[in-house]
Amino acid sequence: MTLLNCLILAFLLFGIGVWGLIQRRHLVGMLISMELMLNAANINFIAFAYFTPGDSTSGSIFSAFVIAVTACEMAIALAIIVSMYRRHKSLDVEQLRDLHD
Amino acid sequence: MTNISISYLIFLMPLLTFLINGLFLGKRSAKGAAALAIILNGVAFASALALAVGYFTSGTAPQKVIAFEVPFLKFAESFVANIGLLVDPLSIMMLVVVTFIAFMVNIYSVGYMRGDRAEGRFFALLSLFSFSMLGLVAATNLFQMFIFWELVGVSSYLLIGFWYHKPSAVSASKQAFILTRFADSFFLLGIVLVSYVVQTFDFGNLNGITLGMFANQTINLGIMEVSKATALTIGAVLIFTGGWGKSAMFPMHIWLPNAMEGPTPVSSIIHSATMVVAGVYLVARLFPFFAVCGNTLTLIMWVGAFTMVFAAVIACTQKDIKRILAYSTLSQLGYMMFALGTCKIGDVVITTGWTASTFHIFTHAFFKCSLFLIAGSLIHQVHTNDLDAMGGLRKKMPITYVCALISILAISGIPPFSGFFSKDEIILAAFQGQHYVVFVLALLTSGLTTFYMFRLFFLAFHGKPRCHAVAEGHVHEDFAMTLPIAILAVPVLFSGIATKGLFENFFVPGKIRVPQLMLVPEAHWIPFVAIGAAVIALLIAWFLYASPKANVERALDDVNRGGIYKTIYHKFYFDEMYYCVVRQFLIGGIARAARFIQDYIVEGVVAFAVWFVHRLGALVRAAQGGHLTFYLGTLIVGVILWRFIGHLPF
Repeated sequence: MTLLNCLILAFLLFGIGVWGLIQRRHLVGMLISMELMLNAANINFIAFAYFTPGDSTSGSIFSAFVIAVTACEMAIALAIIVSMYRRHKSLDVEQLRDLHD
Repeated sequence: MTNISISYLIFLMPLLTFLINGLFLGKRSAKGAAALAIILNGVAFASALALAVGYFTSGTAPQKVIAFEVPFLKFAESFVANIGLLVDPLSIMMLVVVTFIAFMVNIYSVGYMRGDRAEGRFFALLSLFSFSMLGLVAATNLFQMFIFWELVGVSSYLLIGFWYHKPSAVSASKQAFILTRFADSFFLLGIVLVSYVVQTFDFGNLNGITLGMFANQTINLGIMEVSKATALTIGAVLIFTGGWGKSAMFPMHIWLPNAMEGPTPVSSIIHSATMVVAGVYLVARLFPFFAVCGNTLTLIMWVGAFTMVFAAVIACTQKDIKRILAYSTLSQLGYMMFALGTCKIGDVVITTGWTASTFHIFTHAFFKCSLFLIAGSLIHQVHTNDLDAMGGLRKKMPITYVCALISILAISGIPPFSGFFSKDEIILAAFQGQHYVVFVLALLTSGLTTFYMFRLFFLAFHGKPRCHAVAEGHVHEDFAMTLPIAILAVPVLFSGIATKGLFENFFVPGKIRVPQLMLVPEAHWIPFVAIGAAVIALLIAWFLYASPKANVERALDDVNRGGIYKTIYHKFYFDEMYYCVVRQFLIGGIARAARFIQDYIVEGVVAFAVWFVHRLGALVRAAQGGHLTFYLGTLIVGVILWRFIGHLPF
């Protein structure tokens, strides 16, 4: 286990997340990809905190914050998704071009 | 000189007439407009007369007096263009003549324009015309002269094209305007050049120039370094070009006969006192300046002399009476011009021609105005300009007949009528200036003048009536038209005798001294030769057109003629030449090339710029598609690029 292994893992996760975000046309799928990217960042935080000398808890604090913020974000995003679904009967981003209608 | 203080009335009255008629009265009441025009122009004439009397009796003559002067444009501290009123014998003479002629023409127009649909507009424009000419005449400097010069141009355009529903009138007015403007552009160039060299517009300073002032000085014209004397000579020629066009000298003469399309009172005032005289007046006003500038006077002389002969020859064949008179004006203007040009022998300037020329302006104004008014009277009765339809008018229009005879005798130079004295002096001036070729030409033209004027006279008034209106006796004399003709007969008769000798006394500019040895002693045989030529020409005209043997049908036939007659009858095809040059060369060549450049090159550059912006817009628009995924993709790509290309700190 070295820092590099963790970073590669995080990099792959992040790449998968970006790919998903761009590729997916379903809002929920995009949301999941976002989660992946955020978790890749979390892995990074923790890995750096663990492998570098200094305060090893700071990484965990960061990731805890990120997780908390993500949870709030998810709640709001899901609310928007639900209301959009009610309005449009679809969650395809291609069809949701105009925010005003 | 108390009269100086009221001199502004001379300008104010025509201007007021123009404003009141043009803005309020013209549309409401034609009678009111006419009455106002006559009264106010009468006041202007009276004040001009009062000014003249005061000036000549108070002993100030022939000094220059500036009645008033206000700065108009300040180019620099010492370089100001003023608007003012210059009083000296020359301008006084012109002021009186212009106001008098304008007064007469206004009275005449009441009869002539009766029932026209735009009488009010006519009176307004007529006053604008006389106002601009008065401003030109009284100018104290070149700049003011140019302003009013242009005003004269525009008012003549408006008046020649007065009947704008006639295409011929419209094209004639456009032609007159464009041709004179073409000449005026050179005039302006000349003003710029001369004022750049001399640093003044003022006539007094310009006429005070001697070449010694600029000895060995050069001036930078931007393209080359020339001596000041050369620059002044170029400027003088350019300034003369303005007069060249305005006075309709050859080859810029074609607008004048074509301007006959306007109402006759307009032709009358254009040909006698305004517009065409402006060119001669310009040369007369700047005469000492021209005399200093190289061989400008020689050019003026030849242009004038050629126009004189050329126009007289054409006038002998024309059938339209107004055109005959127009060519006669051209010929007389040629006389005035060349007289101004004859005054130089070597480096010595004599003033005979100068005084003779101004004298001729003076007398010519009266008889030419009278002739045009008479022509208008005839046209009004016969309803055509053509000599074909006239003849036998003598018994129907006796007063007009007598006045026509007086005027025609005057223009022919038969004593004791006015034209004799002035024309005689001009011929004498040519002789004294030792220009013998021009002298002979002037004598010949004098004979020609008599010939064509009497041809007109006999064909119009004598013989059998050639149209129904005359034969059946519908023709009568209109009081409003006959009155000014009758009044004008007085100066036509007496202006020569009464003022003979005055001009020499008043107009000799102080700075030009003539050594007595230079002058040829006055040749006493010249007047007799001139009268002889006139009488012979009169007899020929009588024999051809009025004697029992005369063949009038042959005289009026313009179809079965030889080549020379046809060429002259068609005015040497100058109209066609102009048409050809304008059509083929200007419109077909230069204008088309310019249009090609405009269409393909200029428009192309503009169109490319438009297309470029348009494409750029399309690119940006494509990025604003609303695809969320596209936004995110570009964001990420951007961040990555930022990382590798930009200067992030990590």
